[in-house]
Amino acid sequence: MRHHLLLRVITKLLVGPIILFALYVQFHGDYSPGGGFQAGVIFAVAFILFGIVFGLEKVKLVFPPWLVHKFAAIGVLLYAGTGIYSLMLGSQYLNYSAFTPDHPEHGQHWGILVVELGVGITVAAVMVAIYYAFAARPPVISDEDW
Amino acid sequence: MELFINLTLFSMLVVTALAILRMRHLFAVVMLSSVFSLLCALLFVTLDAVDVAFTEAAVGAGISSVLMLGTMALTARHEKMPREFSPIPLIVVVATGAVLIYGTLDMPDFGSPDSPAQAHLATQYLTQSPTDIGVPNVVTAILASYRGYDTLGETVVVFTACVGVLMLIGGLARRRRKQGEETK
Repeated sequence: MRHHLLLRVITKLLVGPIILFALYVQFHGDYSPGGGFQAGVIFAVAFILFGIVFGLEKVKLVFPPWLVHKFAAIGVLLYAGTGIYSLMLGSQYLNYSAFTPDHPEHGQHWGILVVELGVGITVAAVMVAIYYAFAARPPVISDEDW
Repeated sequence: MELFINLTLFSMLVVTALAILRMRHLFAVVMLSSVFSLLCALLFVTLDAVDVAFTEAAVGAGISSVLMLGTMALTARHEKMPREFSPIPLIVVVATGAVLIYGTLDMPDFGSPDSPAQAHLATQYLTQSPTDIGVPNVVTAILASYRGYDTLGETVVVFTACVGVLMLIGGLARRRRKQGEETK
């Protein structure tokens, strides 16, 4: 898409705000619609848009596939690890109230924050990984045939 | 007013679905299915289910379309015409549709406060979550705390989907092959 000047300029302008919005949806999910799943998808969209317009090689420099695959696992481990941590504090699995026994609500806030972060990381990484897997194969259709 | 909005959205849904059926050009079909998702998102907004609408717009209209286009780039642009008319699929579809419509007759009325979904757990969540969890968005409270196990399961499912795609269409295998060549 080297010849599409408008698309390139607009994409450059949009990628930053998209990532910012993803972070807002991620960390403001306790107060407004949204959460880890939506934030992860929006975060991945920034990279996918960049990849569509500037080419797969460019976006792979920013977010290399080996790192994407690691992040997909880190998110799940973060979520499951939160449960293990509450087990180690002597409570049930994923019972966030155990984190701060004096203020169960604070524990719940921390737990939800960490767990949603885990979901967000996994979803973002998985979406980018699936996009890489599809886009890395040689296409049958050329740019003009669409 | 709400009835008017619902009627408009639903009739646009039907029109989009019919257009998808008639189309043979797959690029247009992908775009129309994205429109379909956006209309569904609007319907969820009128039902005050903003979180679901958000997900539908981001996943259904956004990511799915990109993945469909990616698949199209690897396969073909046009749907193959069926060779001859066969009545069996039509019978199956009509019969299933009739059974589904018959099933909805027993369901509680639209927006009824006595429906099982509203009567049991929902009221408990709504009244308890400010003291239990103290998060203003009840949906987040249910997803991440009350139903934490389910969400963990969903995250694992997403991760498994990633592993499956990588196993099926490259990524991992190709990288390993490249590394193998370098070590040789």
